[in-house]
Amino acid sequence: MEVKINVNGTERAADVEPRQLLVHVIREEFELTGTHVGCDTTSCGACTVLLDGVPIKSCTMFGVQADGRSVTTVEGLAGPDGLHPIQAAFKEEHGLQCGFCTPGMMLTGAALIESNPAPSDDDVRWAISGQICRCTGYMNIVKAIQAAAATTSSMSTTAAG
Amino acid sequence: MLPSSFDYHRPATLDEALSLLATHGDDAKVLAGGQSLIPIMKLRFASPGHLIDINRIDGLDGVEERDGSLRIGALVRHNHLASNDIINARYPTIAAAAPQIADPLVRNLGTIGGSLTHADPSGDLGSVMLALGASVVLKSSTGEREVPIGEFLVDTFQSSIAPNELLTEIHVPSPAAKAGGAYLKLERKVGDYATVATAIYLELNNGSIGKAGIALTSVGLTNIKATAAEASLVGAAPGDGVFADAGRLAAEASSPVADVRGSAEYKKHMVEVYVRRGLASAFEMAGAA
Repeated sequence: MEVKINVNGTERAADVEPRQLLVHVIREEFELTGTHVGCDTTSCGACTVLLDGVPIKSCTMFGVQADGRSVTTVEGLAGPDGLHPIQAAFKEEHGLQCGFCTPGMMLTGAALIESNPAPSDDDVRWAISGQICRCTGYMNIVKAIQAAAATTSSMSTTAAG
Repeated sequence: MLPSSFDYHRPATLDEALSLLATHGDDAKVLAGGQSLIPIMKLRFASPGHLIDINRIDGLDGVEERDGSLRIGALVRHNHLASNDIINARYPTIAAAAPQIADPLVRNLGTIGGSLTHADPSGDLGSVMLALGASVVLKSSTGEREVPIGEFLVDTFQSSIAPNELLTEIHVPSPAAKAGGAYLKLERKVGDYATVATAIYLELNNGSIGKAGIALTSVGLTNIKATAAEASLVGAAPGDGVFADAGRLAAEASSPVADVRGSAEYKKHMVEVYVRRGLASAFEMAGAA
């Protein structure tokens, strides 16, 4: 079945089997391997992507379901001016160790700060509670998401002022 | 993990979906949020020949209060239940349960209709709807029927839906003026199934208990309505003593099995504790209403 998906701002088309999971379509058809397959059982969140801006587990959705919709993967975060604030913050705050959960954590973090410009510790921990960091580096993930929120809101203040 | 191959259908209208079900119902599954269905298809516990994706059908995702009941569309996602203003203001049992279902990412996709039809005894919403006395609307190409939730959840992973039917709406009776509710869930971590959970609904009528709803999650072959515990409360003056008695009766109605989450004895004890606490908290809420 032919699907058309807007991936990171670009219209992409692929001929997929209905049983192919979205994560397979992203990795194998679109060759974007930043989206990881972790547990493959809806538990770990390593495969998290944004579907029309909302974080979901791409191992638990078929690729055909994303037909006509927009998907953002970690490759879509950085812009022409360099790293996305969430990426810069993960780098600065040591928000990653092995890096396996990082794409998903950053995407959930980016979606969170869109709706909540100043998330508390609890807000961040709540938002990422469906994702597992096997290195258990949660402290710095939380710090990084909060730092990105602070950067983003100071940028929008500057832009507005 | 890949499921077996299937034919994928994406109807744009309800009529089209019902017609697909009339043709393929025996060998079809309805895909709503997919958060239970896709995992079981990946494990090949289910291998439907046809998958009918209802996500693009308009009009199945509304929440509105009308003619004495709350109507929840089958496609309403758990995160929308959790953030809905009417639910947060008037349906505390649903409001308490919704943010405790699975995890935030699963809640972004998982739906109430899918969750109820899946009929998992560990499902949170089955207990909520039993406690609230809800019913479900089942449509087919030949008609429509409304089924009380207790007759819908018949066995483990088995509802009374016919192969040609689609669950389109859930009806929850509107609460009395003085009402309260709670959903207490004991879980090892976010995303795990409940060790034990209890859904509570309480109405006050001239200082005594007018109506009581109590249902239990993860402690039997289905979500369990604790009818003896409910009956013990109706007409009684609310207080710690009657709440404790109801907790004991609810524990007697449960039949948990030992697993990695705890022994059967522990789970029964937690049913007692959580029903007692849930009733106290629902009573406090009803008194303040």
